[in-house]
Amino acid sequence: MNLNDYSVTRTTREARIAALIGVVVMAALIAAPWWAGRADMRLLSELFLYLALASLWNLMAGYAGLVSVGQQAFVGLGGYMLFALTMFAGLHPIVAIGLSGVIAAAVSIPVAALLFRLRGAYFAIGTWVMAEVFRLVFAQISALGGGSGSSLPVDIVKSLAASRSGREALSYWLALAAAAGVVAAVYLFLRSRKGLALTAIRDNELAAGSLGIDILRAKFLVYVVTAAMTAMVGGLIFLQKLRISPDAAFSVNDWTAFVIFIVVIGGIGTIEGPIIGTLIFFALRETLADLGTTYLLVLGAVAIVVMLKAPKGVWGFIRNRFDLQLFPLGFRVRFPEKRKGD
Amino acid sequence: MSSILKLDGLSRSFGAVTVADSLSYELAQGEALGVIGPNGAGKTSMFNLITGTLSPDAGRVEFAGRDVTSQSAASRSRMGIARSFQVPQPFSGLTVFENAMIAATQSAGLTGHEAETLCLTVLDQTELLNKANKLAGGLTLLDRKRLELTRALCAKPKLLLLDEIAGGLTEAECKSLVQTIRDIHASGVSIIWIEHVVHALLAVVERLVVIDFGRKIAEGDPHEVMDSREVKEIYLGIEADA
Repeated sequence: MNLNDYSVTRTTREARIAALIGVVVMAALIAAPWWAGRADMRLLSELFLYLALASLWNLMAGYAGLVSVGQQAFVGLGGYMLFALTMFAGLHPIVAIGLSGVIAAAVSIPVAALLFRLRGAYFAIGTWVMAEVFRLVFAQISALGGGSGSSLPVDIVKSLAASRSGREALSYWLALAAAAGVVAAVYLFLRSRKGLALTAIRDNELAAGSLGIDILRAKFLVYVVTAAMTAMVGGLIFLQKLRISPDAAFSVNDWTAFVIFIVVIGGIGTIEGPIIGTLIFFALRETLADLGTTYLLVLGAVAIVVMLKAPKGVWGFIRNRFDLQLFPLGFRVRFPEKRKGD
Repeated sequence: MSSILKLDGLSRSFGAVTVADSLSYELAQGEALGVIGPNGAGKTSMFNLITGTLSPDAGRVEFAGRDVTSQSAASRSRMGIARSFQVPQPFSGLTVFENAMIAATQSAGLTGHEAETLCLTVLDQTELLNKANKLAGGLTLLDRKRLELTRALCAKPKLLLLDEIAGGLTEAECKSLVQTIRDIHASGVSIIWIEHVVHALLAVVERLVVIDFGRKIAEGDPHEVMDSREVKEIYLGIEADA
């Protein structure tokens, strides 16, 4: 047997087809301001921003094993930084959102140093407590409206684009870019050498550590990068809303509970999972929105059924059935012809 | 010959249970050492202390002339210490090949084609090549043990720690495993092998250490040690005169 007859590939036929479909879908979505109505674009923007949040939470919890229920701390921080930097420093909103990512990264370092002393459930509780601390701090800042919050001044809103339709198109494209950017960044990271290390941590920390992977450093890096990107998404969320208050900015329901629902339903620890989960979540929300609290009961029931019947989420179920990977992260060995089907 | 590994008075207790009791020995560069002892004697704990997944209460570990006692398991792995786990610890969501790639890229520090070639070569050697694309979580116990050896070898170790990899093998499988380990040894890798399958062990190792209650109770030529009174009494659990 000659090993030269073997080769290693990192892509599959399904992945190439999926990439082609992805390009077509992206082109259609980029063109949405010319074919979609105002309400549809608002809904799509919201969907994109949830997809970005879910992909980030999935990277952190699904791969690095950091089950945080306090990511609203960074969503809210990003939102408030957008307001503060535009109102008091006179920055352009897009520059402010970029800068809020840097600020969130800097803030997340001491936060991580504190929270990483906790393990498992204690870490989760710690992140939530931290988010509450953030909420209480921002409620104290009277320049930002204190507990009742504030609205983004009209001249700042107009600095984005002169016309209303121009602003709507721009904020739609920003949301689309955030989702596409986050998914692409997560994909490229997971395909890299460091990403392979993170996947190893996902599966078995003991073995990962014994094979040269610095687990604490990898987790720390993921936490800080996730915090920065979550804050930038938060800035975009409140650029859409144009109004911020501590309760809305640091809502555990909106920015963590729904995000966890999306990731768990879709399939934690996969790139495809958050995408499918976001589609399911919005499909449920749009069809059941008129039912009031019954809608939350249905969400809960769906979560329970998925956890019982497909504990690895919808995508985990599909992948196990059909051995499908739309975002090829792995390595496949190609056998010499005669050994095919082995 | 210089020593690759030196244990100096290593001790570790969990409450009243002592898993290492001032354990000291040296391993020469390129040597193959066997370790035997009853269940619970502290053999795997000794590996945990050498690899750094467990830190000692007292004593030092020196590897290739450097004190590594305070180094993490990850950095010791990158320095060239690799182990197989007695209870296999596969990355179950990844394929066999990807498991090997993690060792080659993260521990041995290889990239691209070089890493892939090493993994293919080792998988061929450990007879897992035809299962390269199978998920590690779906392997049989025998194949999981082979995967442990594969990963350890893909880390390109200077010192290889093997923890009971021959248990449960058929005679033929055991023979081919012994041949594989001999080949690895012949390529210059130093080896410490914990094993209950003594005849496999004796076919490879040049020296034997016996451990009980975390203490080294005998050491020396494998056959002499096996014939000694202490080993018969303590390890085999029978009276030597009976």
